[in-house]
Amino acid sequence: MAEPRFAVVAEGLRKRYGDTEALAGLDLRVPAGTVHGLLGPNGAGKTTAVRILTTLARPDGGTARVAGHDVVREARAVRGRIGLVGQHAAVDEILGGRQNLVMFGRLYHLGAARARRRADELLERFRLADAAGKAVGEYSGGMRRRLDLAASMILAPPVLFLDEPTTGLDPRARNEVWDAIRALVDGGTTVLLTTQYLEEADRLAAGISVIDRGRVIAEGTPDQLKKRLGGDRIEVALDDPGSLTAAAEIVGRVASGGVDVDAEALRIGAPVSGRAAALTEAVRALDDAGVKVADIGLRRPTLDEVFLHLTDKEEVSS
Amino acid sequence: MSGANQGAAASPQAAGSLQTLRWAVADGWTLTGRALAHWARQPGQIAMGLLFPVMVVLMMGYLFGGQMDVPGGGSYRAFIVPGMFALTMAFGMEETFVRVAGDAAKGVTDRFRTMPMSPSAVVTGRAAADMVYSVAGLAVMAGCGVLIGWRVHDGAAKALAGFGLLLLLRFSLIWMGVYLGLVAKGPESVVAVQILVWPVGFMSSALVAPSTMPGWLGAVAEWNPMSATVTACRELFGDPVAGGSWAAQHSVLMAVVWPLVIAAVFAPLSVRRYRALGR
Ligand SMILES: Nc1ncnc2c1ncn2[C@@H]1O[C@H](COP(=O)(O)OP(=O)(O)O)[C@@H](O)[C@H]1O
Ligand SMILES: [Mg+2]
Repeated sequence: MAEPRFAVVAEGLRKRYGDTEALAGLDLRVPAGTVHGLLGPNGAGKTTAVRILTTLARPDGGTARVAGHDVVREARAVRGRIGLVGQHAAVDEILGGRQNLVMFGRLYHLGAARARRRADELLERFRLADAAGKAVGEYSGGMRRRLDLAASMILAPPVLFLDEPTTGLDPRARNEVWDAIRALVDGGTTVLLTTQYLEEADRLAAGISVIDRGRVIAEGTPDQLKKRLGGDRIEVALDDPGSLTAAAEIVGRVASGGVDVDAEALRIGAPVSGRAAALTEAVRALDDAGVKVADIGLRRPTLDEVFLHLTDKEEVSS
Repeated sequence: MSGANQGAAASPQAAGSLQTLRWAVADGWTLTGRALAHWARQPGQIAMGLLFPVMVVLMMGYLFGGQMDVPGGGSYRAFIVPGMFALTMAFGMEETFVRVAGDAAKGVTDRFRTMPMSPSAVVTGRAAADMVYSVAGLAVMAGCGVLIGWRVHDGAAKALAGFGLLLLLRFSLIWMGVYLGLVAKGPESVVAVQILVWPVGFMSSALVAPSTMPGWLGAVAEWNPMSATVTACRELFGDPVAGGSWAAQHSVLMAVVWPLVIAAVFAPLSVRRYRALGR
């Protein structure tokens, strides 16, 4: 069977819980072999989307195909081709790590011998071999997540869903999980990753869908999304509070958008379009006006700013 | 990646119903093995669970036993052993509940639901393990009973029939435990289940003869499903049986009917609830 070009295709997914519209017509396309980030604040509908795509919940409307199969009509076929790492590590805490993987392997119908072999391989690969016999209840958060990832990888599924895989982990454990995810993608797996951390999406994902209130409000590569905010920003830091107004006025003249003034930190920021020209003009004008500048420079917006920008807009328009 | 088979071969969709059945049995067996492995990892907890009814029987028998008159004669300690068998079955429902609610709360149930495994295995595996545990509980209780003077008077065949009725009761309570476990928020709600199980368990002929209770309470106790099994067991073990109600006089019949009713109510409810997890 030919690999479909898109590992995940969702069209107009709707899901309602009582009065809450968890998904309000979600569209999604994830090219095979890539990592796609589903980025959104708490309550945006990320988990609901993942639950529908992994056959755990039925959509009220719309359709979705995963690995070429319809998630409602061909749920069984989808289940044989996906792995899910849910928001909570779904492993047996009383059993050991190896016991967990062997059990899941048998439930995936690998047979006893292959299930054991696969468990050992995965323990090795996720650096859990030393803790293989220990009860999972005694694992650290990062180890538990890695075991969870390993369990989702038993069949080496072509499509893997990760719902906030690093929420609640310390930075070290987060790095461990990121490394594990990168290794999977190098092996050709398509990954749909939900996250509230922009940094996470920025680092791992080739494509990002920003979702808010159950629908996609922006889409693109991390760089494209950053550009949507007007490209680069000029940042000016001052020493003297008295020159704040004059400096803000000058920055406003070279800016391509609204000026942000932080009177507390004595900082002024604004988006600009022509990089070098804007910077030199600002430096000259500030100098002419006799404004003493502590620091001035250009930088790319963070994904955080993009995100706030996008969700703010949504707030206004609705 | 050597373990890769892309899963397609493992999907029973294309296979016949015989293959589906084979996987249902295999998957159920895997999950029974999981429960047995739990016990191996928590021997202390299991021992506590098995010995708790023994403690109750010793406490009741020696603490209250002196003041109790058994209708029809005989020692109070021998009287409560069949009652304690049935209470052991009722307490067992708490085990079913805790495991089912724990898996649901921890997301393990969801993981099972995203796997191409047999959906029925979740319950059959649980049921088989719970039945094994119940047999062990009955064996421990019987050993303790013999030590404190309880005997079987009417032959092995009838005694086995009595134990069969006890396990039938336990089997029906598995469905109740599964249903409540799927409805509950988490395993902590076991307290609520105890509030349900304990009064029903004690408002029966298990530890006290209903004829000594106030009239209305005695009537409730005699019709209690627990009493049906307890009274049937006393009859089959050859103990004197008292009680004038129709239910008491047809206890063996009622000890079959009640569990079937419980199972007939809670098995479909459980299946519906399990399906509703996907809504
Ligand atoms: N089972 C449910 N019952 C009721 N409301 C739900 C349920 N699941 C999600 N919701 C609601 O739907 C919205 C989206 O939730 P969710 O998909 O969990 O968001 P996210 O994962 O992005 O935080 C939220 O408002 C949430 O409260
Ligand atoms: Mg979520």
